[in-house]
Amino acid sequence: MRIFGQQISINNDLVPDWTREEVSTGTTIMAVEYDGGVVIGADSRTTTGAYIANRVTDKLTRIHDKIYCCRSGSAADTQAIAEVVSYQLGFHSIELDEPPLVETAANLFRASCYRYREELMAGILVAGWDRRKGGQVYCVPIGGMLVRQPVAVGGSGSTYVYGFMDSNYKPGLNKDQCLELTTSALSLAMERDGSSGGVIRLASISEEGVERRVILGNQLPKFSTH
Amino acid sequence: MLHSLNPCQQQNGGFCFENSRRNAVLESSLLEETCKAPSARKTGTTIAGMVYKDGVVLGADTRATDDMVVADKNCMKIHYIAPKIYCCGAGVAADAEMATQIMASNVELHMLNTGRPPLVAMVTRQLKQMLFRYQGHMGSSVIVGGVDVTGAHLYSVYPHGSYDKLPFLTMGSGAAAAVSVFEDRFKPNMELEEAKQLVRDAIAAGIFCDLGSGSNVDLCVITEAGVQFLRGYDKPTAKGQR
Repeated sequence: MRIFGQQISINNDLVPDWTREEVSTGTTIMAVEYDGGVVIGADSRTTTGAYIANRVTDKLTRIHDKIYCCRSGSAADTQAIAEVVSYQLGFHSIELDEPPLVETAANLFRASCYRYREELMAGILVAGWDRRKGGQVYCVPIGGMLVRQPVAVGGSGSTYVYGFMDSNYKPGLNKDQCLELTTSALSLAMERDGSSGGVIRLASISEEGVERRVILGNQLPKFSTH
Repeated sequence: MLHSLNPCQQQNGGFCFENSRRNAVLESSLLEETCKAPSARKTGTTIAGMVYKDGVVLGADTRATDDMVVADKNCMKIHYIAPKIYCCGAGVAADAEMATQIMASNVELHMLNTGRPPLVAMVTRQLKQMLFRYQGHMGSSVIVGGVDVTGAHLYSVYPHGSYDKLPFLTMGSGAAAAVSVFEDRFKPNMELEEAKQLVRDAIAAGIFCDLGSGSNVDLCVITEAGVQFLRGYDKPTAKGQR
């Protein structure tokens, strides 16, 4: 359907390409479990083609008090899905009269992403804390699969840090080690991926609550000396 | 005729793409007769907005183009949504116009239903949900700005339905030129005159550096006290005297 639209709009030289491109969060996102909670992180760049539409985006979206999601793919699709899931989960939580499970949130994401898989372009990491299983990370990539992983990366920049993750992640890390790992991985990806950049947004979710922080561009860890 | 108390809702079945298919066929058959199909008039545009100390300043140029011809030298791109919420529209002129008019109606109905003055966030949410439903076929990019009970807010909404909330925003074909002015000189909590000058300069950058934008600068200043609509605030392209 989108193809018809693009053929019809006359290729007006006055209007640059990126005004017609869909806004995408070409991204790097990451989530890590630790004993007692999760750490999530994302870059902050949103692009339309080659133009950066928002250089300080917040891709860590609150779904419930202790459940967040990291969004990658089409900005419009992921914002719409996150809004729908927030509503469904909020309603469900009121019905149960207790905080919802992370697995429930992940399944709601999966339900939307799988049913409309042909129309959507959304890669999402669902992470949070609940009383039953503690800190959990669920991966819902494009296509609508659902799988729980102790550590997950996503987005266009993730391809550059698979090696770093494989060699540096060990089970049994504590919260500060997870934060350091996430910061380093995101920093490396942002360095190499053109569609990722800006600042690093981090959040740690545990029984105590959600703690958010921002690492500005000039404070990013440096790895290369040239 | 009022069919229900709900604001303007889509009919069952969603957007009908039949015309898109017909247009594609017509265009290919017209090409054989070396004739061009009429194109939707785009406001190749520069629109901008920023939050300052007491509220929001919105700005826009006034040129509407039909491919390479200027169709309207002094069109109005800043639209009314609610008493203290205004909206700049870029992209396809008709789509931007209709989207903002539908929003204005919905906001009025919402105000009557709830008995409360509208929130900028509410306008943004309805606008983005409508644009997402049309999957980008409604080609309007919009900057929504205003003052409500929670303060001054500025949102941008893209044709596919994504939105950003930022202290300063630019959109349209002249966005790159205008945002460079903001990136250089924007500070939080600026004074009114400084803010007006900054938005004027950002739009002027679009007018001079982008072929799709031109003519005059329109400004709209929205504060708690009310709205000041400055049509033709600056005319940087006025003809000089010989």
